Amino acid sequence: MALEREKHIAERALLTMDDVQIIDLYRRMVLIRRFEEKTAEMYSRGKITGFCHLYAGEEAVAVGAIAALYDKDYVVSTYREHGHCLAKGAAPRAVMAELFGKATGISRGHGGSMHLFDANLRFMGGYAIVGGGLPIAAGLGLAVKYREEPEVVCCFFGDGALPQGAFHESLNLASLWKLPVVFICENNFYGMGTMVQNAICQEELYRFAEPYKMPGVRVDGMNVLEVYQATVEAAARAREGDGPSLIEAVTYRFRGHSMSDPAEYRSRREERIWQERDPIKQLRRKLLQDRRADENQLTTVETEVNAIIEDAVRFAEESPEPALDTLGKLVYVEDDGTAQS
Amino acid sequence: MEVTYLAAINQALHEEMRRDENVFVMGEDVAELGGAFKVTEGLLEAFGEDRVIDTPISEALIVGAGVGAAVLGMRPVVEMQFSDFISCAFDQIVNSAATLRYRHGGRAACPLVIRAPSGAGIHGALFHSQNPEAWFTRVPGLKVVAPATAYDAKGLLKAAIRDNNPVVYFEHKRLYRSVREDLPEGEFVVPIGVAELRQEGRDLSVITYGGTVHQVLDAARILDKEDKVSVEVLDLRTLLPLDREAILATARKTGKVLVVHEDRLTGGIGGEIAALIAEHAFDALDAPVRRLAALDTHTAFSPPLEEYILPNTNKIVEALRSLAAY
Ligand SMILES: Cc1ncc(C[n+]2csc(CCOP(=O)(O)OP(=O)(O)O)c2C)c(N)n1
Ligand SMILES: [Mg+2]
Repeated sequence: MALEREKHIAERALLTMDDVQIIDLYRRMVLIRRFEEKTAEMYSRGKITGFCHLYAGEEAVAVGAIAALYDKDYVVSTYREHGHCLAKGAAPRAVMAELFGKATGISRGHGGSMHLFDANLRFMGGYAIVGGGLPIAAGLGLAVKYREEPEVVCCFFGDGALPQGAFHESLNLASLWKLPVVFICENNFYGMGTMVQNAICQEELYRFAEPYKMPGVRVDGMNVLEVYQATVEAAARAREGDGPSLIEAVTYRFRGHSMSDPAEYRSRREERIWQERDPIKQLRRKLLQDRRADENQLTTVETEVNAIIEDAVRFAEESPEPALDTLGKLVYVEDDGTAQS
Repeated sequence: MEVTYLAAINQALHEEMRRDENVFVMGEDVAELGGAFKVTEGLLEAFGEDRVIDTPISEALIVGAGVGAAVLGMRPVVEMQFSDFISCAFDQIVNSAATLRYRHGGRAACPLVIRAPSGAGIHGALFHSQNPEAWFTRVPGLKVVAPATAYDAKGLLKAAIRDNNPVVYFEHKRLYRSVREDLPEGEFVVPIGVAELRQEGRDLSVITYGGTVHQVLDAARILDKEDKVSVEVLDLRTLLPLDREAILATARKTGKVLVVHEDRLTGGIGGEIAALIAEHAFDALDAPVRRLAALDTHTAFSPPLEEYILPNTNKIVEALRSLAAY
């Protein structure tokens, strides 16, 4: 079974990391969890409106994969992208302010929860169109390859994106042209209320790699080290010029699809089973067990993170609304490119 | 009994599915979940999973498969979960569905309905707020409707399902639960292609549809009360084909026309209406035809920005006053 092999790989990952790196993984996961909990609270208090999809439960995927990349590598994501954006290094202040629709937000309040974007961080956007990010990832890979740059592109998408033509078109092209893309499918078993087996003829999603002639692996998406190690390998391959890979990270969203979804299509028992596999608790236990960190260190991390999140909310609340005259300025590049230099 | 706009759509689906077993419903989460907005709730229980079908997230396929089934005489009602995603199915709509009859020398038909929840004002930002009707109102072979009341929502959907041509049916999300009325007990259908005078008036005409109809009616009441200006309100209901007679009649009657829609200004159907009036009723005009629409930008997430972008009652009142003073 693929997952068994990955367990050993995870152990290896643990050995190759120093304590600072490992505690940093923990810190990033806790940061995302607290951020999402706070977001839910602010949403229920009416401070955040619109459509909002939380990442709680899936932290190990974004954190594990992005930790395996260099800062200069690119990330493309979905509408459930607070976690990827934070893992890529976005300031919690800027992300929270965006959710509040404020001028200081990462997209200046114009995008909101589903459209975070920061090209400087090489976080190339959340895509609210299911499957919308995959062709973009292929195009980023094309540009990187054309310019003979060393970067790779890491593209996250849900199981729900597999039935879209964009998925198949992108994998085909990335493989055909050996583009440096790591495709990471977050299989959380549901696309809204539809279970994977009711939407996709092949439930073992990593097997879609085969017809497109690229390596495909399934990893435990609740185990940050497994995701990390699989991404290290896929990214190395992409960087060598050997083309794309498909990683299926099996995970679970702890909350409903969006803030307005009570998740009546799944059982409370199922939710409890997955909550016991909480990626943060798992890593915490492992770190203490292996004496890679002590209780004190981890509590300190948690306290620090809490302060960061409180600060982000305060910042978002105090920030101004976007000015009305920004509207006209953001649609087109004002320099039309014809000016003589 | 008072029925919401949303319940009216649901009733139409129930009634048409009961009437004709060729009618079936297909889309993302339409069956078990009853749709993202609960529009199709109860259909699965009433008609079973052969006729109420959950699909994968594959908009092009949902429409394309609808076309295939329609050619064989089925009457699919397919759902785009948000009208913003209809662009993923654009090719199937404008190239497959719209041209099908023509391509077959008039010897085939495509009785397909594409339901698409549209509209802004719910802080959905760029990809959950669009009003994409004008992408379709220039495509021969399609019909396009956009009801504003519960009565029309029901009657137009029934007409769309019975129509032998592909119909794109835009239902405004903001109206789902905010608009309600008593519906007649018996069977009724609202004919496609016929506009409705919501209010008769003498001084000015407003031509509108969908999400802005109620704002226009509110604005008309304000003008009547505060300015003693009498406003006629024409609800288009169908955007393709346009009810030219009704448009020209109101233009000729008052000589001053404001077109209002929530779709963007440039390329919106308001331009077509203004051109129609200029071409055929120029002699009756006392003022240039004016348009009030969403600003030519994307729908911002920021609530104050969104408010600024969209038409609303105050902006309509201002536009009407300015036109009255012309
Ligand atoms: C093209 C398109 N179709 C439909 C939707 C509506 N929608 C948003 S999320 C979603 C489910 C996606 O599921 P999945 O890809 O598994 O991601 P998850 O939400 O589980 O993270 C749907 C149907 C959309 N945003 N875009
Ligand atoms: Mg999913």
